[in-house]
Amino acid sequence: MGFSVEDIRKQFPALHQEVFGKPLVYFDNGATSQKPQVVIDAIEHYYAKENANIHRGVHYLSQKATDAYEEARRIVQRFIHAKNDYEVLFTKGATDGINLVAFSFGELLEAGDEIIISEMEHHSNIVPWQLVCQRKQTVLKVIPILDNGELDMVAFEKLLSKRTKLVAVTHASNTLGTINPVKEIIQKSHAVGAKVLIDGAQSIQHLKIDVQDLDCDFYAFSSHKVFGPTGAGVLYGKEAVLNSMPPYQGGGDMIDKVTFEKTTFNELPFKFEAGTPHIVGGIATGVALKYLQELDFESVHQHEMELLNYAQAEMKQIEGLRIIGTAKNKTSVISFVVDGLHPFDIGTLLDKQGIAVRTGHHCTQPLMERYGIVGTVRASFAFYNTKEEVDLFLKALKRSIELLK
Amino acid sequence: MTLEEKQQEIIDEFSIYTDWMEKYEYIIDLGKSVKTINEDLKTDDRLIDGCQSRVWVASEFKDGKLFFSADSDAIITKGIIALLIQVLDGESPETIVNADLHFIKDIGLQDHLSPTRANGLLSMVKQLKKSALLAMR
Ligand SMILES: Cc1ncc(COP(=O)(O)O)c(C=O)c1O
Repeated sequence: MGFSVEDIRKQFPALHQEVFGKPLVYFDNGATSQKPQVVIDAIEHYYAKENANIHRGVHYLSQKATDAYEEARRIVQRFIHAKNDYEVLFTKGATDGINLVAFSFGELLEAGDEIIISEMEHHSNIVPWQLVCQRKQTVLKVIPILDNGELDMVAFEKLLSKRTKLVAVTHASNTLGTINPVKEIIQKSHAVGAKVLIDGAQSIQHLKIDVQDLDCDFYAFSSHKVFGPTGAGVLYGKEAVLNSMPPYQGGGDMIDKVTFEKTTFNELPFKFEAGTPHIVGGIATGVALKYLQELDFESVHQHEMELLNYAQAEMKQIEGLRIIGTAKNKTSVISFVVDGLHPFDIGTLLDKQGIAVRTGHHCTQPLMERYGIVGTVRASFAFYNTKEEVDLFLKALKRSIELLK
Repeated sequence: MTLEEKQQEIIDEFSIYTDWMEKYEYIIDLGKSVKTINEDLKTDDRLIDGCQSRVWVASEFKDGKLFFSADSDAIITKGIIALLIQVLDGESPETIVNADLHFIKDIGLQDHLSPTRANGLLSMVKQLKKSALLAMR
């Protein structure tokens, strides 16, 4: 199957606009992705034609909405290759999914149990575990990284022990782009009896995900980073592990029978989906993943790698510029600093030239400390970006540096 | 010059720039040339910790007037602070507390004042006004 970036761009209306009189170059895909027309249409169609509450109505519309929502769950199931559709929980996003595990799986932990995370985690995969440690007197251990932004796997193996109950690591770093060897991490963690949560917020849009092949116990992601809507996301969990956990939130839908004396809980996935969910969010997540599924993965991946390699090679020629995160396996994310210049200044000038990047600590403050920097400028590419846009970015970057020097 | 005249002067200055990059070039030059605060005054109690760039402000109350100096690790932030100080320096605390700093919006820099921009500038304006309030006591 071919891959035409021009055809693809036509499907993303937000890409076609000017900012400050310049054509928009959207390189902030790590923060959130733009949406294809099919997703925008699905949201409008739902509210115009299908809106009803799900799982509880006797009427036609309610059944239709329920069917659409449950079909979306099966699309997600197929996309991440989960064994069962009820192992796919709809959440508000990656953060929500991680907090669900931190609370419910956390309830199973005892004082002295250990949780391992890594130095490159997003705050969303740090703070929930710190809260568990406060609540349950568990101990947090951190896998250090090497200078190039890869995990120190030797150190990781030393941290593993019989006390390790959970390993929570990101599949791909939002700041560095590093793709972690999660399969190896999962195998080694399982060998000591620990469960593994993979933060998939930055891998779902770039890599082929097969949760059965990975054998992870949990995989969390946000829809908005994978061309779907904000406020929606997915937590995959293995059936047996999910069943061993108490519910997260109480409310409608998650119950079997309620009396004031005793309440019994619904089965998976509903046990973890209290209240009226973000119905259209779930449906549109399915539409986004279906859209992505229909593209040729190899061509998409190759295109992203071409953008990454081209941009990195050109940026290395710029005097004083240092790329933070030079792992062998990377997603199309480039974080960088320029000697003597503040990332905020560079980002502001790029913005005025139409280039949208992110600057700052990217919700990874410990990582910034590790590198001894206040922040970086981060350009993150999606498959709808082009080499011409990279050229515009490089030109604008050089001009910004010149002005600031 | 009154506070209003000082604001107008800046607005006039900026009106000759049609291109955004020219405006920022001017701000950057200001940022590079501004008198910054003494290193020993860059203490934590003078630090306004914005999310991205750090800003320090010091004030001095002399003969009923306030005088400011400031610094930031980001040059654009520093340039904008320089503009603020250009307007407020040497004014009475009453004038500063009541000042409507509309020039920021008029020259198109209001996005730097939004709390979500988180570059410390909004906190800086608050800090300058707070110094003025304290001086009025
Ligand atoms: C690696 C990683 N984990 C978690 C998150 C949190 O995602 P959300 O804010 O959508 O819940 C992000 C988002 O920036 C991320 O990049």
